[in-house]
Amino acid sequence: HKRHMRGAGGGGCPAGGNDFQWCFSQVKGAIDEDVAEADIISTVEFNYSGDLLATGDKGGRVVIFQREQENKSRPHSRGEYNVYSTFQSHEPEFDYLKSLEIEEKINKIRWLPQQNAAHFLLSTNDKTIKLWKISERDKRAEGYNLKDEDGRLRDPFRVTALRVPILKPMDLMVEASPRRIFANAHTYHINSISVNSDHETYLSADDLRINLWHLEITDRSFNIVDIKPANMEELTEVITAAEFHPHQCNVLVYSSSKGTVRLCDMRSSALCDRHSKFFEEPEDPSSRSFFSEIISSISDVKFSHSGRYMMTRDYLSVKVWDLNMESRPVETHQVHEYLRSKLCSLYENDCIFDKFECCWNGSDSAIMTGSYNNFFRMFDRNARRDVTLEASRENSKPRASLKPRKVCTGGKRKKDEISVDSLDFNKKILHTAWHPLENIIAVAATNNLYIFQDKIN
Amino acid sequence: MSAEVPEAASAEEQKSEHNLVYVPLILNSLEEMEDKVTSPEKAEEAKLKARYPHLGQKPGGSDFLRKRLQKGQKYFDSGDYNMAKAKMKNKQLPAAAPDKTEVTGDHIPTPQDLPQRKPSLVASKLAG
Repeated sequence: HKRHMRGAGGGGCPAGGNDFQWCFSQVKGAIDEDVAEADIISTVEFNYSGDLLATGDKGGRVVIFQREQENKSRPHSRGEYNVYSTFQSHEPEFDYLKSLEIEEKINKIRWLPQQNAAHFLLSTNDKTIKLWKISERDKRAEGYNLKDEDGRLRDPFRVTALRVPILKPMDLMVEASPRRIFANAHTYHINSISVNSDHETYLSADDLRINLWHLEITDRSFNIVDIKPANMEELTEVITAAEFHPHQCNVLVYSSSKGTVRLCDMRSSALCDRHSKFFEEPEDPSSRSFFSEIISSISDVKFSHSGRYMMTRDYLSVKVWDLNMESRPVETHQVHEYLRSKLCSLYENDCIFDKFECCWNGSDSAIMTGSYNNFFRMFDRNARRDVTLEASRENSKPRASLKPRKVCTGGKRKKDEISVDSLDFNKKILHTAWHPLENIIAVAATNNLYIFQDKIN
Repeated sequence: MSAEVPEAASAEEQKSEHNLVYVPLILNSLEEMEDKVTSPEKAEEAKLKARYPHLGQKPGGSDFLRKRLQKGQKYFDSGDYNMAKAKMKNKQLPAAAPDKTEVTGDHIPTPQDLPQRKPSLVASKLAG
């Protein structure tokens, strides 16, 4: 029987419904093979409405795309994303005292919920978090008394009459300005930032500490988690990711390099070194190997939109946890289990340390994460189906459906399958994002950004 | 006296006699295969240990983590540099390691090894 992901005929599928049919929508970025290091995309994030899509890259630049209003004459393509604003968020620095080079690479971008006409986002590199305001200007005042139209000051003695300046429309200008700089609070490298549901505070996490900030206050930060041992020789694990609960402003989670997640409640004490919940899947001691701890390291943790579940990504799998059950995950999805027999080479070429992110769709019915060879994986939790798709220029005809891909692990390779040994491990999809309300996904493939949409039935 | 030549056994008998000889060998290789089949991870571990016999016992231990925490660290000591330059006037300076991210004791760092990186003046190609 033909295996396809078409929805049942008739009326349209609800967003987040059972069957997705992903189609190519757009691709951004240069086509040439020679990829400059600065162009490598390091983070992708939709804002709360999904109208804005932000990317950060290794060169410290942020590019924001805005969704165009739907065009009635082209009903097939729901709004396309076009460049809205771009700016240099961070620059390379050298800490002479510690002999430390500080990369300008944007590790994370997080949007603030919109409160007025302007948009705000937090962007961070290894050491410094910045709050950026992105605002539109479509009017210009004309008829100043003390200035000429070109800005030159008028000689006050020449002013003989007073006039009231009037506002005239102008071409839309989108300006980005840094409103707050949150610096000097992290000795180690920042891996996560997370805006709290109170819309006033946010956390930043590095390898050993988590700090709490108020968005208005830049000269002070509270340390809420500190796992640095008194003797660094005793260091056994580091913090790999942290996030605030989407609704409970006192709850946060952080994951570790040992594959565990700790949930902390800020009401219990000022310093959350003692966790409220400890999530760890028991391991079969007989299956332990040199690689066990490395591949169990969690590279990303994300709460579901409902706040009832959280998802963790380790090297080979994605796990869904019920916050009420610490003993084991409720779901485990294999991303690329075929890599288990390649761990030796993946350790030698450092790929085993790649940090993949994961994301939920708006209704929490599906989850997505990246893999190698520009493949990414999508798991439909309700239908218990999964699919492997590819972000490539070959499948980039407008509205072309994405064909499911398959990796063959041994024996006879069927037509259209790709063997494990032919996978390109330099083509990694580490960052993906899902529109909060609709079935639109953004996939970062090295220096290119792909946007796919679910076909409207 | 001629050696006893067994009568030609029936087909089944012949087969079972052969089987008796071969079965232990098959069992051995099946066991080996099972080890590999049930634990590809352990097979990979054996491969790694064969290539790097001095690999530490605790892979996730402090050495590994400390290396991770030291990312970005570069060293340049002008005193070392000038003394080394004076000492090695006639010798050739050791070549910089191809991996310029770790410039430590073995090699004399030079200012050229630690380029001052200017921020990107070029706009992102995503915006083009």
